[in-house]
Formats: sequence, structure tokens, C-alpha cells
Amino acid sequence: MSDSIAHHDEHRDDEASKLGIWLFIFTELLFFGGLFITYAVYRHAHPQAFHLAAQQLDVAVGTINTVILLISSMTIAMSITAMQKKDKRTTLILIGITLLLALVFLVNKYFEWSGKIDHGIWPGSPLLEELGRGDTLFFGLYFFMTGLHALHIIIGMVLIIVIYVRVQKGKITFDNFQLLENGGLYWHLVDLIWIFLFPLFYLIT
Amino acid sequence: MSDTTHHIVSYRTYGLILVLLLILTGISVAVTQIELTRWATIVALLLATTKSSIVLAVFMHLKFDQKVYRVMAIFVVMVIVAVIVLTFFDYGFR
Repeated sequence: MSDSIAHHDEHRDDEASKLGIWLFIFTELLFFGGLFITYAVYRHAHPQAFHLAAQQLDVAVGTINTVILLISSMTIAMSITAMQKKDKRTTLILIGITLLLALVFLVNKYFEWSGKIDHGIWPGSPLLEELGRGDTLFFGLYFFMTGLHALHIIIGMVLIIVIYVRVQKGKITFDNFQLLENGGLYWHLVDLIWIFLFPLFYLIT
Repeated sequence: MSDTTHHIVSYRTYGLILVLLLILTGISVAVTQIELTRWATIVALLLATTKSSIVLAVFMHLKFDQKVYRVMAIFVVMVIVAVIVLTFFDYGFR
């Protein structure tokens, strides 16, 4: 409550906080796990259509976005090191780079989706109905899973902005940075999910 | 119990891990671009599994954290694998 003078007997449980974010991450993994199983079953049922539909996705864009997310995962991980070394300036720069990379990812996604929509491909579009069930399922899953992932990116960005402000205000410090660590863990989760989305939608054709 | 000695991972380690992840990404793109059909799928998924293990171990600090996080993470992964295997026992023999 209120921005009081730091109480030395203030109740804080970093370990419980970390356990909490990990439990949340596990529910997210099971959630996406279910979607991956859905994908696998439909791919099994419509191998030919999935094969042809996957070829319409741009491997280059997918690869670029993979590289972007991997780098952003590294920068947010590095920001914790900087914080532990009491280097606030570097911490802020690294968090800033992470945010910037997240934004670039979303811009790429925007252009990718617009491209698909311009070609008449969106969930329930007349073209997909003509192409048949396999394509409808592939692109339905594509839009749903990459869309859900993009939503996670947006939530992660909001979280990281909050962290950035709190670091700047001196509320997250070298001896109290659990929020930064939790934000980092969430961001790595977003990266983890993409590590599987990328080969399943873009590479395996 | 809670050890105050937080492990500090060096910038260098993170940098090297990124390079490794990028190389693995490059390999998975290369392998799937040349026609290897069934094998390409298996290799791409194995590489994705390797990459995610590295992210979990180093970026997410599982390697340096208390054992309980590792145990829970492995349990969750095994649950997902079990459901996938069971699903395909069903679909594979229809």
C-alpha cells in the first residue's frame, strides 16, 4: 500500500511468486498442447491438403520471426543479469530492445495475415469453402494458433512495459527483481510456443 | 531453505546459447527445404524439442533453479507426450 519507506520486515516471498508463474506456464503449455494435438489429428486425417496448404506460408517470414523471438528471449534473460550486476541502464536498454523486437514480430505478423486475407484466405472465407475441408482446417488452425500466440505477445508486451516503468522508478532493484524474472519467464513461454508453431506450420510441408 | 545466492548467468553464456539456437533453427529450415519427406518432419520436431529444452534450461534458469521446478516441468511434458501417444494409438489403429 502507498509508496511507503522500504520496510525491512516487509512480507515478500520470491520463491512462492516464482512457483506461481511456473504453475501458470504449465497451464499454458497444456492449453497449447491440446491445440497441437488437434493439429496433429487433422493433419493425420487430411495429409494431402495440409501438405499443399502449408506450402502457401512464407518460410522466410516465419524464419525471420523465429530469429526475432530468439533474440528477444536472450535480451530479456540478459536484463536479469544486468539487474543482478546493479546495472540499471543496461537493464533498461535490454528490456527496451525486447519490446522493440516484440513490436517488429507483430508488424511482420500483420503483413503476413494481410497477405493471406488479400488472397481470400480467412476463417470461413468463400475461397476456403471451395478448397474443401483440409484447407479450411489448416488455415483455421493457422489463424487461431498464431492469433492466440500473437495475443500472448501483446500481453507479454504490456507486462514488459509495466516492468520497464517499475525498473525506471526504482521499484524493481537488484535485491527485489522477482517481477522482472517472472516477466522474463512469461516471455520465454511465448518463445517456446513459437519454437513449435514454426516447424509445424511453415516448415513441414 | 530459500538460498539468497542467486546464480548470475553471464552475458557470454546467453550469447553462446543464442548462437546455438540460431544454428539449430538454420538446420531445421535447411533440412525441411530439401526433400526428405518423412524424415524431415521427424528431424524438425526433434530440433524443436532440443531448442525448447535449451530455452527451458538456460533462459528460464531451470538448470540453476531448485530441483522442484525441473521435476514439475518434466512431469508436464510427460503428460503432453502421454496424451499425444494415446491419441495416436487411437487414430493409428482405426
